[in-house]
Amino acid sequence: MLEFLTREFPATWRLPLRGWTNDAVNWLLLNYGDVFRGFTETLLQVLLRVERFLSALPWWLVVLLVALLVWHATARSWWTAATLAGLMVLVGSFGLWASMMTTLAIMLVATIFTIVLGIPAGIAMARSDRLKRLFRPLLDGMQTMPSFVYLVPVVMFFGLGNVAAIIATFVYAVPPIIRLTDLGLRLVDKEVMEAADAFGASERQALFLVRLPLAVPTIMAGINQTIMMALAMVVVASMIGARGLGQEVLRGLQRGDVGLGLEAGLAIVIVAVVMDRVTAGYSRRWDHTLEER
Amino acid sequence: MPHLEARRLTKVFGPDPDSVLPLLRDGVGKDEILERTGHTVGLQAVDMTVEPGETFVVMGLSGSGKSTLVRCVNRLIEPTTGTLRLDDTDVLALSSGALRELRRRRMGMVFQRFALLPHRSVLDNVSFGLQVQGVPRAERERRAGAWVERVGLQGYERALPRELSGGMQQRVGLARALCTDPEVLLMDEAFSALDPLIRREMQDELLRLQAELGKTIVFITHDLDEALRLGDRVAVLKDGLLVQVGTPAEIVMHPADDYVRAFVEHVDRSRVLKVRHVMCTAAAGSPLANGSALAEGVRLQANMPLHEALALVASASEAAIVVDTSGRTVGRLDARTALSALVRGHGEPSR
Ligand SMILES: Nc1ncnc2c1ncn2[C@@H]1O[C@H](COP(=O)(O)OP(=O)(O)O)[C@@H](O)[C@H]1O
Ligand SMILES: [Mg+2]
Repeated sequence: MLEFLTREFPATWRLPLRGWTNDAVNWLLLNYGDVFRGFTETLLQVLLRVERFLSALPWWLVVLLVALLVWHATARSWWTAATLAGLMVLVGSFGLWASMMTTLAIMLVATIFTIVLGIPAGIAMARSDRLKRLFRPLLDGMQTMPSFVYLVPVVMFFGLGNVAAIIATFVYAVPPIIRLTDLGLRLVDKEVMEAADAFGASERQALFLVRLPLAVPTIMAGINQTIMMALAMVVVASMIGARGLGQEVLRGLQRGDVGLGLEAGLAIVIVAVVMDRVTAGYSRRWDHTLEER
Repeated sequence: MPHLEARRLTKVFGPDPDSVLPLLRDGVGKDEILERTGHTVGLQAVDMTVEPGETFVVMGLSGSGKSTLVRCVNRLIEPTTGTLRLDDTDVLALSSGALRELRRRRMGMVFQRFALLPHRSVLDNVSFGLQVQGVPRAERERRAGAWVERVGLQGYERALPRELSGGMQQRVGLARALCTDPEVLLMDEAFSALDPLIRREMQDELLRLQAELGKTIVFITHDLDEALRLGDRVAVLKDGLLVQVGTPAEIVMHPADDYVRAFVEHVDRSRVLKVRHVMCTAAAGSPLANGSALAEGVRLQANMPLHEALALVASASEAAIVVDTSGRTVGRLDARTALSALVRGHGEPSR
């Protein structure tokens, strides 16, 4: 009767998740390989264009544009703009300018890709409590699952290189933008929503004229988190073939070149700080619930 | 024919409202229903008629169901049972599309905490209703601009709501509601969040606009003074039940029960009551009719507030003559009658 109450876990209780997963992956590769290849090719072309554009810009123009952007985002903080511009020049002086542009290009494409898919997912989640209950454990899983677990299938589907890196970054970095879009939409003042209804706004009008504009600061905070998480993936992404600063860190590791590792690491931190100041700045500037400064 | 008519309008909050209706019919109270079933009674069989152009004030303590009632009118809250008509429209039978159309064109609403769109300028807030209707930008800005001026905010068209004071924000709220030229204006404690002085100013503003516009208004308040000032008729709500409906004078002079009495107890009657409410009417054949004896007495306007009339009759030895706006004698008032009207339990108005 109760023979399974042994010390050892019964060997016959075996859920073949491993087999199922491998079968599913193989089946997908066999039947939809072309779809994945086509997708990879498209994303690669986009990435190449962005990268070519960024590398074609003279370095001083990039520094100037970034400084202007920071200055605008932080409500005219000269000091922040000048400091960050100086830090970018510092990266150039490490001989890492080209790598930084490559990383910036991958980041830009990965972030836009993540946002374009994440915001609609967040909107859907805010509309339906059932979907929210379904999404929550999924998002938790995406954030806590060790990234090495999905690196392998990502490489199988998208090949080694920048596209695989973008997809892996997406998996890791999409949860905050989804979560905060949902939160921002749900946080919109109840009376303001009532007003939209009372004036006969359709669901679409209420979303685009009222809820999304009011959720912008929260969504920007989500974009900020997403970018920060994407930057945390730069080195891991280089393990599956992404070029740029992550590659330099790995090279430093392999050669035991601590100095190179530090320089590349600092460069990543500097990119992160720039991105953080810009997005956090806009998040605050577009928050209409804050008092006028 | 009334403009707006509610019959046995009932709202029960909770998972299974219909199950509670039999209890309500048996007269079980709100508290007992909450205890026994976990359902909250919002409104109980409210009968209400609002005439065209009338300002109908609903008054009651917090939690008495005022917001629920006004939200049932435009179905922001869906009534559990009952009927609701706006002219010939059976409001509760409307499909969601038809309801949206009704809200867009026939009803406007003003909110307690203004509920303005914080990311939009004053002009874009006022024109929101027109935008929802699909009116092209140029036209809606022209029409909204006219309303911004009409509520006294010219020069602030481009300002954001947070840059305005509370009173100015509610002017925007009022302009937004009026901009679509609705038949019915719903105002849920629209002035309750304002300082007393500003509040009075806004009441005056509403009275001024209403004199020009003649909208049908359902005005919610918990403040008796406001109710008496603005209302053509006042309804008193208690635990979702309408306990009394009447003119301000009727409410003050004849409170239907202790709940209403508690409301009106401390009101300054001399300011609420008009001469016509307390005077002795000129019945045919009464001494008044052959007015010669009183010819040189004090003359009072029927609509004069009692506190002004008191100053005049107090010093006169004889009863004053009350005349209507066309100068016709309609009654008389002596100091004793006037005074007794101010004392609780006395001063039945002579009809
Ligand atoms: N959405 C709701 N769910 C449950 N109970 C509610 C809801 N809205 C209002 N109520 C209850 O209905 C009653 C009337 O509320 P309300 O109409 O807001 O009162 P008032 O506006 O007069 O203060 C209160 O007891 C309140 O708790
Ligand atoms: Mg209320």
